[in-house]
Amino acid sequence: MSSTAIHHTLEHSGHGHDDHGHHHETFLTKYVFSQDHKMIAKQFLITGIIMGVIGMMLSIIFRIQLGWPDQSFPLLETFLGKWAEGGRIKPDFYLALVTIHGTIMVFFVLTAGLSGTFSNLLIPLQLGARDMASPFLNMLSYWFFLTACVIMMASFFVQSGPASAGWTIYPPLSAVPQAIPGSGTGMTLWLISMVFFIASSLMGALNYISTILNMRTKGMDMWKMPLTIWALFLTAILGVLSFPVLVAGVVLLIFDRSFGTSFYLSDLVIQGQIMPQQGGSPILFQHLFWFLGHPEVYIVIMPAMGIASEVMATNSRKPIFGYHAMVYSLIGITVLSFIVWGHHMFVTGMNPFLGGVFMITTLIIAVPSAVKSFNWLATIWRGNIRFTPAMMFAIGLVSFFISGGLTGIFLGNAALDINLHDTYFVVAHFHLVMGSAAICGMLCGVYHWFPKMFGRLMDEKLGYLHFWLTFIGAYLVFFPMHFMGLDGVPRRYYAFTEFEFMKEWLTVNTFVSWAAIIAALGQVAFLWNFFNSIFNGKKATQNPWESNTLEWTTPVERLHGNWPGEIPTVYRWPYDYSKPGHETDFIPQTTPFSETMSSNLPHDFEGNPEAERIQLEWNRKNEAEKV
Amino acid sequence: MSTTTVSQLDEVKTGPWDGGTSPVNVEYGKLMMWFFLLSDAFTFSAFLIYYGAQRFSKLSWPDPDEVFQSIPGITDHGAPLVFVGIMTFILIMSSVTMVLAVEAGHRNSKKEVVGWMIATIVGGFMFLGCQALEWSHLHHEGFWFASIPETYKGIDQVGALQFANLFFTITGFHGFHVFTGVLINIIILFMTLANVFEKRGTYLMVEKVGLYWHFVDLVWVFVFTFFYLV
Repeated sequence: MSSTAIHHTLEHSGHGHDDHGHHHETFLTKYVFSQDHKMIAKQFLITGIIMGVIGMMLSIIFRIQLGWPDQSFPLLETFLGKWAEGGRIKPDFYLALVTIHGTIMVFFVLTAGLSGTFSNLLIPLQLGARDMASPFLNMLSYWFFLTACVIMMASFFVQSGPASAGWTIYPPLSAVPQAIPGSGTGMTLWLISMVFFIASSLMGALNYISTILNMRTKGMDMWKMPLTIWALFLTAILGVLSFPVLVAGVVLLIFDRSFGTSFYLSDLVIQGQIMPQQGGSPILFQHLFWFLGHPEVYIVIMPAMGIASEVMATNSRKPIFGYHAMVYSLIGITVLSFIVWGHHMFVTGMNPFLGGVFMITTLIIAVPSAVKSFNWLATIWRGNIRFTPAMMFAIGLVSFFISGGLTGIFLGNAALDINLHDTYFVVAHFHLVMGSAAICGMLCGVYHWFPKMFGRLMDEKLGYLHFWLTFIGAYLVFFPMHFMGLDGVPRRYYAFTEFEFMKEWLTVNTFVSWAAIIAALGQVAFLWNFFNSIFNGKKATQNPWESNTLEWTTPVERLHGNWPGEIPTVYRWPYDYSKPGHETDFIPQTTPFSETMSSNLPHDFEGNPEAERIQLEWNRKNEAEKV
Repeated sequence: MSTTTVSQLDEVKTGPWDGGTSPVNVEYGKLMMWFFLLSDAFTFSAFLIYYGAQRFSKLSWPDPDEVFQSIPGITDHGAPLVFVGIMTFILIMSSVTMVLAVEAGHRNSKKEVVGWMIATIVGGFMFLGCQALEWSHLHHEGFWFASIPETYKGIDQVGALQFANLFFTITGFHGFHVFTGVLINIIILFMTLANVFEKRGTYLMVEKVGLYWHFVDLVWVFVFTFFYLV
């Protein structure tokens, strides 16, 4: 019963690449309606990159407004028409820009683009499976995601403009169409898009979970899984448990908008008119939203953490420091993420005692986060570091995660939050800790697994250029925002010229905008490198990074079914780098212990006394021979 | 040095969690269904927690014995909860027929599977029909999304309004689940008739759909409890 799926895929590719004509693939089945997990991963990645570029351009447009609030840019009117009459962004459109920027970056790039790409690519490859548990559902997951993207983008082409209530779509602003132009059709499209997105992420997550549980190859017990898989596994679980609550929140919001219910509305007066809705509470929306919203930030960062762990161990030529601690800290973050959502709502009039509880749970998250940070530092400590572009981005992630994480300890404090909430301090915090860090993780993964996806290498020099522009650029953009926030400058404000106390920050804003523009231009290096290398990059070898994990035992040609013959068996954990006594500084997971007699250690045998005895005997014999 | 002894080191463990097999011996589709149900349970929990939060924050709430006291076609009042009792009985009976369909599937008895699936589908449609009757009855009385009968005045108004909003939204969402369940059951029925499972050698699909059907039934028990009983 359990083996039907496995048998099915085995038969499917048992006759590997010898008979090409066997299943005839057309362009449509190979590139468009593909059910091969590697192709779906690439579809997710490229869609994610396109959405990322759009999200970034939106941010540049509102950075122009913030940096030069009194200046006119006729070019903007050329592109944006009535939203930038006279070359200046309109306030309503500014709000739409920050809303869609946030939505795209959080959901479409860092959730679907990151998890979707690397779960699809790595889960079957690193676990030794022919494909996902359900390739068909996997394909549907991508098409639902693409539909969501298209609908979200379509909202730029409606009369009243895209949703403008912020990516958190708080009612009543989002619930009452009269409140702001963006709460009309734009908001409806946002909600429809999100329904598709949630369906996509649910289908993906169910697939990831059941593949990881059911389809590991022989010998691949849970404690031999690479940290990428652990991270993607726990991320999928988070998604399955938190997105449905957003479904409930969104459904109620749709009823409020379209059927006149009052789930989130009460005592409203709009333009002198008393609204009929009675009895609801916008705070309840915030509870439903943040029950998803907080796990969501871990959905964003955990895959990046997994990727960075894997890349850092490989490129430091050292085992990951504290493998078990890394897994347990991921589990800790997963569990804790469900009981901290109230820290987004400290100032909603929440009972201070409850605020205290949420504060404590929030601050406890610092523990697993610190475990991870110190373990990464200990991993590169005294390693034979190979500074590949992927490694640079992995280190970049650690840097952003630490500097952004530290301000999380401030913000998690219910008393300090009275001052800091909804200021640029918050903007700085989450852009560093989940924005920049997760983007670094994603780029790190792209550079590292590019050879697995396309059979070619990306250009290193352009990679370094991209890294430094991104890394320095992101710090220059977000670091000054801390000080603005401490001074009480609120986020989402359209013009800094309207308030006396904010005027002194104008020059800083100009500086930040320049940094953002330069960092954005730096991404051109990546885009060129990425798309050019697909066709013209240097041909990759089978295992270009001398890595231990299973995906590097597959041929460069990327077969449907992954391995030409039998699926390899796994004998050891994935982090046997620089093991004393072995001639090379890496031992792939597929290398049996009998071939590495000179480097086996007693604990490799997991308490098997017979194996330990054999090893001891061999050691004695070998020493005698030496003498 | 004898190689036979050294190769003993390469023995891979064969426990349920050691790879190469499903740890809990469950086919992947069933595993997915379980996780989906877990996910859906969170959606309904969110709805019901929202319901609780609203109800506890209101000074008054309509008495279910008064709201639900008609049996369409028989009496307009004086029979509190009788009709919904019938509805609930129908839905639970359809779960029983589903169990029998699954059991027949285990015995690969196509004829019985078909029979019990038809019974389940009929049960599902009957439940949906009853729900439609109840909705239209309430609608005639003045209940609807954002509207309540004139009889609720003053302090009772807000509670009644939220009751109406939540009742139609949550039972509607549940009814939507029942409806999709019926559709899936119909698909499975046709697949059974087309000998798909016979050729496959296993009626596991019926079992997976059964899981969904029981879940929808279980959710109704909670919806029933919160809206009609307490």
